[in-house]
Amino acid sequence: MSYDNWEVVIGLEVHCQLQTKTKIFSGAATAYGAAPNTQADPVTLGFPGVLPVLNHDALQMAVKFGLAVDATVAERSVFARKHYFYPDLPKGYQISQYELPIVACGHLDIELADGSIKRIGITRAHMEEDAGKSVHDAYAGQSGIDLNRAGTPLLEIVSEPDIRSSAEAVSYLKKLHQLVVYLGICDGNMQEGSFRCDCNVSVRPRGQKEFGTRTETKNVNSFRYVEKAIEYEIGRQIDVIEAGGKIVQETRLFNPDTGETRSMRSKENANDYRYFPDPDLLPVVVSADDVARIRATMPELPEAKRNRFVEQYGLPKYDATVLTGEAALADYYEAVVKTSGGDAKTCANWVITDLLGALNKLGKEIGESPVSAPMLAGLVARIADKTISGKIAKDVFEAMLAGEGDADAIIKAKGLVQITDESAIIKAIEDVMAKNPGQLAEYRSGKDKLFGFFVGQAMKATQGKANPDALNRLLKKKLAP
Amino acid sequence: MHTLSIKQLGEALRARKFSSRELTQHYLKRIEAFDPQLNSYITVTADLALAAADAADARLARGEGGPLTGIPLGQKDIFCTTGVRTSCASRMLDKFVSPYDATIVKKLQAEAGMPMLGKLNMDEFAMGSSNETSWYGPVKNPWDVTRVPGGSSGGSVAAVAAGLAPVATATDTGGSIRQPAALTNLTGIKPTYGRVSRFGMIAFASSLDQAGVVARSAEDAAQVLQAMSGFDPLDSTSLDRPVDDLVAPLGRSIQGLRVGLPKEYFAEGLDAGVRACIDGAIAELKKLGATFTEVSLPNSPLSVPTYYVVAPAEASSNLARFDGVRYGHRAEGVTALEDLYSRSRAEGFGPEVQRRIMIGTYVLSHGYYDAYYLQAQKVRRLIYDDFRRVFEQVDVILGPTATDVAFKLGSKTDDPVSMYLNDIYTIAANLAGIPAMSLPCGFKDGLPVGLQLMGNFFDEAKLLNVAHQYQQVTGWHQQSPKGFE
Repeated sequence: MSYDNWEVVIGLEVHCQLQTKTKIFSGAATAYGAAPNTQADPVTLGFPGVLPVLNHDALQMAVKFGLAVDATVAERSVFARKHYFYPDLPKGYQISQYELPIVACGHLDIELADGSIKRIGITRAHMEEDAGKSVHDAYAGQSGIDLNRAGTPLLEIVSEPDIRSSAEAVSYLKKLHQLVVYLGICDGNMQEGSFRCDCNVSVRPRGQKEFGTRTETKNVNSFRYVEKAIEYEIGRQIDVIEAGGKIVQETRLFNPDTGETRSMRSKENANDYRYFPDPDLLPVVVSADDVARIRATMPELPEAKRNRFVEQYGLPKYDATVLTGEAALADYYEAVVKTSGGDAKTCANWVITDLLGALNKLGKEIGESPVSAPMLAGLVARIADKTISGKIAKDVFEAMLAGEGDADAIIKAKGLVQITDESAIIKAIEDVMAKNPGQLAEYRSGKDKLFGFFVGQAMKATQGKANPDALNRLLKKKLAP
Repeated sequence: MHTLSIKQLGEALRARKFSSRELTQHYLKRIEAFDPQLNSYITVTADLALAAADAADARLARGEGGPLTGIPLGQKDIFCTTGVRTSCASRMLDKFVSPYDATIVKKLQAEAGMPMLGKLNMDEFAMGSSNETSWYGPVKNPWDVTRVPGGSSGGSVAAVAAGLAPVATATDTGGSIRQPAALTNLTGIKPTYGRVSRFGMIAFASSLDQAGVVARSAEDAAQVLQAMSGFDPLDSTSLDRPVDDLVAPLGRSIQGLRVGLPKEYFAEGLDAGVRACIDGAIAELKKLGATFTEVSLPNSPLSVPTYYVVAPAEASSNLARFDGVRYGHRAEGVTALEDLYSRSRAEGFGPEVQRRIMIGTYVLSHGYYDAYYLQAQKVRRLIYDDFRRVFEQVDVILGPTATDVAFKLGSKTDDPVSMYLNDIYTIAANLAGIPAMSLPCGFKDGLPVGLQLMGNFFDEAKLLNVAHQYQQVTGWHQQSPKGFE
């Protein structure tokens, strides 16, 4: 869509479930997919008399995030109660942070399509508890409530309205997603709702200083949907304004089936959340020592890792970017390099082309790869020590994927060891020459192109096991008139 | 048996003069005989009490158990007790059976070995000063059954005063232990905020609520408070510091004790007869070597208005969970979600609770928060500063607990403000978080008068010792109401 006369302003609020074993304010488990209400203890259920106790793992994760986006980690942050009535909100209020969040004033740099870098401000990130789920389609005329998710720790990450297109929004989200997964604070599973996004979108005529009226599209849970929802909103808002209408500040919902957003509630009907500091929880105090201790546990972040891969392994930037896309993939690659003793670039090719290609076909994550890093390292090692050729290696890799064992076992079982014994190669060459006198004569009379034919025949005669360099060298010598 | 002190009961049980079962049965019989006049119990748990008594007897027979093992108690019906209705005196929780025990229930029953006789009546959700807001009907004052016992811990004090429990738990958000103790000739103590766990105590106003005990003497109160107190990892506002020995220091002399008399507590509004009793107590304490100075708590007149912003604000939030969805009263025949909420809550909550929810919702609303709640928190700091300053000069602060003796049932129910003014002397201690207690100091027209002592943070032992020393030379606390022998 063309909207040349309009500038788009986008701010994103991401709800990221923190990967703690237990809930943010109780000892109930957080695992996804349990039978309804089996992970709801009296605290989760909001029973009379229960009290919240902060899960310090959740706090540590929030601090880690703050450090990763170069933000200020508040020495003192405060939990507040946000009130509204809904059946999946057990206490009638959500414990969140309001005036004093744990993280403020950070940023994330994204790469634009033209290769330039743009800095997106992160206004704040605060800890809060997730609500439960309402199940509307299981009982006729009634709604079911599943409170397993209630009390799961969330980090709500709020960006500045620095984003100017749906592409930038997706780029920011992907970067943020990569970061929280790298930090080990979120499993990143968007389908299960571990990472979901509210999109604040407005448009203004180019050159206008003031922001236009914004709408907020809630709970969009895939990168593609974010792009679609934002594009739809931009188009809709421009259409409304160009038709002489006004944008209403409101909350909207995205429908993935139609690709459209629809109004959920307008600002006039917005809740008055009656925030006030939760008297059941003391202010959260994080000392400089605490921060230093947490900083020491920070993993290497994606950018640093990418730069190191370029430097340490001499990889092209593209390879380094792909390999550091996920911490698990980067770890896999480094294990292959270290244990195979092979060339770093060869290892990168195997991981990027062969392994990722195969995983992609299988629809598997790196963690589920049928070929483990030691297995791939074993294969690369056999190429490096010339036990097999690169071509044979492809067959061995296929066999490993099929579960036929490690490289050595497959090479042995299939008799794939490369022939480097020159007398055996010469014998094969002589056989081929004897069987093809016509081609031999043509070659010797100047038809150089037939050299490939003799290579192919000789390789075939050795079941592909002849060392290619030796074969080439010997064949040239033998074919010479 | 019901005239013996906690210490005497413990000694008799350990000497096997009588068993915990016999003692418990004795109290159960007394409840059956006398409680119909008082309505102090909402639920009597006779079978559980006897089973717990047998368990206590077994422990005692093995030479195990502590000073409280086998001595029964009554629990205010604000504390969650597994398998027993925990109603908070509200229709909302009339059918609510808790799946878990409050920390103090664990400490007093499971650990200390005190059999629970039953759950005691109170003002609905502890909101009231007369125990007339209970869904289960008002509690009567054993000293005059046409009068209120005070509130919100009205059931706790009526039961102990009439000998229907040797001791009872209670809670104090703005005076709910001290005012009823004063009106029924009992000794009641609200410890420092955070000294006793709030886990399992149904919240009214979280930053003010504190559990304590009502007993027939400071010594009795000290022993039970000792067993209730202590850090609880389940309560983030619980104090992580060791509990002082409250019992051993009870014999100490109070020679040289510096007592402050806040002039604001002796100003207009204090009944002359009550004043005379307080003056009598001052004279007794002087004889014991205490010295008195007038002090000022200049912000204390702001206590009541501050309290009636902070407490309803927190209450409106704490009571939001009672929505008819997971437990508690649910209106019948609702089809829409809004109806489920509004009708369940309208039917489940009584008028005083609804009034406070509305006040609290209002003061937290957008545009009013700064003017009310935030302002009240600032005043609260001033009130705290008053105490901090005064405790640089004196060891304890002394004054009346209530402006007057017990009033007639129904006499203030139509006038909430005059009802709220009952707590004028008690509220400041909650706002500041300091320990405070009430003890008997005489009678006006045959009705008990309470003396209030307030101490600095963690000074429970000091307060209890002053009270104990006073009770060594006076007999007011030994007086019992007639008709409950």
